Amino acid sequence: MTADTSDPAVLVEGLRKTYGSKVAVDEVSLAVERGEIFGILGPNGAGKTTTVESIAGLRTGDAGRIRVLGLDPWTEREALVQVLGVQLQESKLQPKITVREALELWTAFYDDPVPWADLAAQLGLAEHLDQRFGQLSGGQQQRLSIALALVGRPRVAILDELSTGLDPRARREVWQLVRDLREGGVTVVLVTHSMEEASELCDRIAIIDRGRVRALGTPEELVQSGGVATITSFEAASMDLEVLRGVAGVAAVRAEGDRVVVEGGEDVVLGVLTALAGHGIVPRKLRVIAGSLDVAYLDLTDETNDKVEAS
Amino acid sequence: MSRTLIKPATTAVLKTEATLFAREPASLFWIVAFPLVLACVMGVVPGFRDPDPDLGGMRVLDLYVPISVLLSMIMAAIMSMPPVVFGYRESGVLRRLRTTPVRPLVLLGAQVAMHAGAVAASTVLLLAVSRLLFDTPLPAAPGWYVLTYVLALLASFGLGAIVTAVAPNARIGMAIGMLVFFPSMFTAGVWFPVQGMGGMLQQIVELTPLGAASQALYQSMAGQVPEPQHLAVMLVWITITYGVASRTFRWE
Repeated sequence: MTADTSDPAVLVEGLRKTYGSKVAVDEVSLAVERGEIFGILGPNGAGKTTTVESIAGLRTGDAGRIRVLGLDPWTEREALVQVLGVQLQESKLQPKITVREALELWTAFYDDPVPWADLAAQLGLAEHLDQRFGQLSGGQQQRLSIALALVGRPRVAILDELSTGLDPRARREVWQLVRDLREGGVTVVLVTHSMEEASELCDRIAIIDRGRVRALGTPEELVQSGGVATITSFEAASMDLEVLRGVAGVAAVRAEGDRVVVEGGEDVVLGVLTALAGHGIVPRKLRVIAGSLDVAYLDLTDETNDKVEAS
Repeated sequence: MSRTLIKPATTAVLKTEATLFAREPASLFWIVAFPLVLACVMGVVPGFRDPDPDLGGMRVLDLYVPISVLLSMIMAAIMSMPPVVFGYRESGVLRRLRTTPVRPLVLLGAQVAMHAGAVAASTVLLLAVSRLLFDTPLPAAPGWYVLTYVLALLASFGLGAIVTAVAPNARIGMAIGMLVFFPSMFTAGVWFPVQGMGGMLQQIVELTPLGAASQALYQSMAGQVPEPQHLAVMLVWITITYGVASRTFRWE
């Protein structure tokens, strides 16, 4: 039933899904390796949720093929639900069910469940066991939803908008839980629109926009691919920005208020300083920071920028 | 998957839904207490306690025992159950369940079982209390009574199933529920017993699921074999409503 262990945990090939005349997903292909945390990043309405719902067997694609540990989610549902745990976006439970009842109920669904008390403790739900779902805060509901996705000891977990509604502390704790899952050999597919979450957690990221994979790689690779490894900024008395455009490795130069901002490759700052010195310009309050995923993301999901295609 | 795997999960769903159902006092009131109140109110109306020659010596009060039984079914199937299903559908409970080894149909089945259980409890209470207080007859043809009862229950839930299946959302669903609920009350005889309607009106009402149920339930209570026409009408409605509902129901 389960295919060769060298196969990817999740394989999506040429997935296409339309709702009426609207194309939600158009030719999405990706492979999630076993034991990695794979991020699916993209703006709202980009096709992220349609993609993971197709992987979870909730939607059947119009074209393409999906395998989860060798299983076809569209036809082998009974086997799939035993190995796949899913936390859906904006999915609620019965309003009057208590946390304890929900955990006990879902425990009864599986052959070899995780002891739910451990999960509840890890997710900070231990003090809320007798509270009803409707009385929980958004963050507590979210954590319960994550617990239910994991109680069946899945081999692959899909977490859609994992940290929505969580305060910064709870978010850190949930991130740690996801890393622990990876340590335990679980493959995690993480849907997010948080750049911070993606760069903190993911081994690899696919950026999906307008129904297509726009880029796929490690967070570092994506940062590099945007051509913006570093961001250099400084204050200078009136200067001609053209001075810096010719410097090797510079990707973009712009003025932001009093500051001049230069985006570029890894060692671009040296060339910038040389050029400035050559023109007798003294940069003050000089700062160099690492380029972030944000910049790469904005570049890759830019409506006007269609030159970046699926890798 | 093996049978032993499915069974504990199904049991767990039933147990949880029963616990949740017990937390809905309003539903329990309308299904269990309200029909009993109706029968008791009829019992204290003086004229209703005198035998009526037009009813073959039965009292109007006696007619209201099967009518109250049907009222309990309508309350459960059309007023109480559809909103629960709307809630489960719109909040994503059914969708979420589709990602687990339990089919969402099990959850709906548990809800039907709970509501049917409440109706059965209501019926037992109704028969016992009205017997003790007003000396109403117990079903004189118990076998036919049970058969009719089951058909009436299925027909009522069929109407509820149609309501949940065709409603695009909870708000419109509630409105459709009302549109089905009031005619069902009328045809069941809550305002005026079907047995006393007579003429063309009675013939039309007997073609509705609750009208047929009312006649068949009354006849088996009175010790007669229910007319086959009434049982057939219920069967046809059951076939149509479940057929349509199972084709049009949306899980999300």
